[in-house]
Amino acid sequence: MRIKLDAAHERFRDEVRGFLDKAVPADIRERCELGKRMTKDDYVRWQTILYKQGWVAPGWPKEHGGPGWTTLQRAIFDTELGATPAPPVIAFGVTMVGPVIIKFGSPAQKAHFLPRILKSEDWWCQGYSEPDAGSDLAGLKTRAVSDGDDYIVNGSKTWTTYAQYADMMFCLVRTGSDGKKQEGISFLLIDMHSPGVSVTPIVTIDGGAEINSVFFDNVRVPKANRIGEEGKGWTYAKYLLAHERTNIARVGLSTRLLRRLKEIAAQEQMDGRPLIEDPAFSSRIAAVEIDLMALEATVLRAVSGENAGKPPGPESSILKIKGSLIQEELTELMSEAAGVYALPYHPEWFEPGWNGETAGPAYAPALAPTYFNWRKVSIYGGSNEIQRNIIAKQMLGF
Amino acid sequence: MDLSFTEEQRLLAESVARFLEKEYAFEHRRAVASADPGFSRESWAQFAELGWLGIGTPEDQGGLGGGAVEHMIVMEGCGRHLVVEPYLSTVILGGGLLRRGGGSKTALLADLASGKLLLALAHGERKSRFDLAHVETSAEKSGKGFKLTGHKAVAFHAQLADRIIVSARTSGKTTDSTGITLFLVPRDAKGVTLLPYRTVDGLRAADVRLDGVTVEASAVLGAVDAGHDLVVAAVDEALVALSAEAVGAMAALFAQTREYLKTRKQFGVPIGSFQVLQHRLVDMFMALELARSTTEAAARALGDGDADYGRASAAAAKVQAGRQGRLVGQEAVQLHGGMGMTDELPIGHYFKRLTAIDTSFGNADWHQRRFAGLTAAS
Ligand SMILES: Cc1cc2nc3c(=O)[nH]c(=O)nc-3n(C[C@H](O)[C@H](O)[C@H](O)COP(=O)(O)OP(=O)(O)OC[C@H]3O[C@@H](n4cnc5c(N)ncnc54)[C@H](O)[C@@H]3O)c2cc1C
Repeated sequence: MRIKLDAAHERFRDEVRGFLDKAVPADIRERCELGKRMTKDDYVRWQTILYKQGWVAPGWPKEHGGPGWTTLQRAIFDTELGATPAPPVIAFGVTMVGPVIIKFGSPAQKAHFLPRILKSEDWWCQGYSEPDAGSDLAGLKTRAVSDGDDYIVNGSKTWTTYAQYADMMFCLVRTGSDGKKQEGISFLLIDMHSPGVSVTPIVTIDGGAEINSVFFDNVRVPKANRIGEEGKGWTYAKYLLAHERTNIARVGLSTRLLRRLKEIAAQEQMDGRPLIEDPAFSSRIAAVEIDLMALEATVLRAVSGENAGKPPGPESSILKIKGSLIQEELTELMSEAAGVYALPYHPEWFEPGWNGETAGPAYAPALAPTYFNWRKVSIYGGSNEIQRNIIAKQMLGF
Repeated sequence: MDLSFTEEQRLLAESVARFLEKEYAFEHRRAVASADPGFSRESWAQFAELGWLGIGTPEDQGGLGGGAVEHMIVMEGCGRHLVVEPYLSTVILGGGLLRRGGGSKTALLADLASGKLLLALAHGERKSRFDLAHVETSAEKSGKGFKLTGHKAVAFHAQLADRIIVSARTSGKTTDSTGITLFLVPRDAKGVTLLPYRTVDGLRAADVRLDGVTVEASAVLGAVDAGHDLVVAAVDEALVALSAEAVGAMAALFAQTREYLKTRKQFGVPIGSFQVLQHRLVDMFMALELARSTTEAAARALGDGDADYGRASAAAAKVQAGRQGRLVGQEAVQLHGGMGMTDELPIGHYFKRLTAIDTSFGNADWHQRRFAGLTAAS
């Protein structure tokens, strides 16, 4: 069940939904519904469609190519977009580095990078985490040493999502070692095609390889690619982390997963009846659906009325925690719904174009791997434990 | 009342632990699981030599005359080391059905104990979910024998088995508990087609298609129309065995996560110094202990002679193993952070096996409902 909006926003939602529904290419829709992995080409095609509609960067100011929506409109759009059977817009460019460049970038950086993000000409990745700097991000060791107009970068990043596709990385590096750990960090934009950059895949528990280790061996990065001042990178990184508040909840994605869950539970049989009619299973579905309504209502409260103009605060952490738990519950229930047919593993099936025989219903092969893969959402982007620390400190005064 | 192991059981537990510790390192398991045929004949021969394959076989038939407690001990070791060999399919289910089917079939137990005979059970179907009475596969009278037609879903280890125990309907309607008959069918019999695959936890299974497979009357295991009770009893043992495997997997995850919390440093200190993480580890520990207690109680209950008590205890053990196993698996991944998401570490492999255990032969929801039915009057 969805929360109703006032008439004007219901109209806006209908308009957005009407477009998105027709705009998704049929092949992308089909593979996405089945839970197949999206290819780079799928992402770029879909982002280009959104770009042509002027909707690829809903959070950007109008002057830089945003649609000029209110925060409430943007939240409504994000939810509808997430609910559409299409790949998500890759956040690294549009929602992460884009706003940082808009706020802190030089005129040259804005002129060069922003249009390329909008047109999906550069694929961005996020170079924050290192093997010894995860939750304790400020403990990062990758070094950038000044050499004339350039920096020479050495070190390594890990868990870097889609580094294998990336043209650019926004990267936190250490340029000084005095004072607090948070000082002496700089924010660099690194061309992934530079000599000395190497990328090796990390296989995840679902058998996929969306994350990577990235190594820098004397990589030359122009100082012109530094955001803002040297040593102030932590401020920019924090701005980026706090910038997100509507999409972080991923209400749209969960709405789509919930719909798929119900479709699967309607097709599975138990005692000769559809599984969705089993009181125990339907009660578990209802429980997560009510949680999702609570989350959506919380998002709407955070972005409407007197809150509309306020910058996002620690309430983002509530949305991150609850949103991730809901996604995890939904992917687990989908996998459980399929019963024993969640168990056959057909890795080839995920590859585009593969047409072999799989065991069980067509929707089955993706379910368990997706459940396994989705454990990541309570780990990345600041783990749920770290988010709780933030709430305790910043909202509860501990 | 003494709930500790007997001297023989203690020695068995020690020998299982010692052997697997030495011979079944995680990298060995990874190599065996990722190449065909998906298990090691060498390990299987060693299991035979150690006597594990004949533990449940009566002494007068060359076995050790043990029962559910001995199976539990071996299966806990299998869980701790993520053993991929078909112990459950061949020894617990196959052996259990041969023992119960009686007659001339018990002679096969000697081949099973020596490691020569691998068995699998093909019972569940597309629409049966976890209902053991739901059998659509048909067995029509044909001459002196039968003709089997149907589709069996996700038969564990079927592609490795020499013979597959297939259930089929000789009378009655799709969900009647009477009218189901068990047949021992050679895997390469004419009309048997397998769709083999790996399962998400690195084991092997297959869908089994039967297109008018002709079998002699002598292929019947047990009596005609009386297969359901045999399957239910064998599956009860499998539920306890799977619960024991889950306990082993949980114990491994608990130990490895504890070690990780002590060694992984962030913010200049071991992450285990954060009390909030200590409490999470405590919850994992409690889950493990409760699952272990329920499993041990169920193993004893199966040997008790009170069938209803045994049945409800097995269901309870499987519910605990399913729920607590999911919790421990998820928490182990979470507390390892990014490392927990990697294929490289054993953590995710235990997590996946625990997920598959919950799904096998009925998940927690299913057995909780069964338990309610079994205990409503008591
Ligand atoms: C699939 C995936 C994709 C990722 N993509 C990217 C990416 O594109 N770019 C990037 O930079 N990073 C990425 N990450 C990295 C991610 O942000 C880190 O994994 C995360 O910050 C946790 O760090 P860690 O893995 O080092 O775990 P650790 O920090 O070692 O944490 C281990 C456990 O300890 C807990 N913990 C740590 N400190 C505390 C504390 N103070 N209080 C309570 N609990 C604590 C954690 O919550 C966790 O449960 C990705 C990770 C994954 C799994």
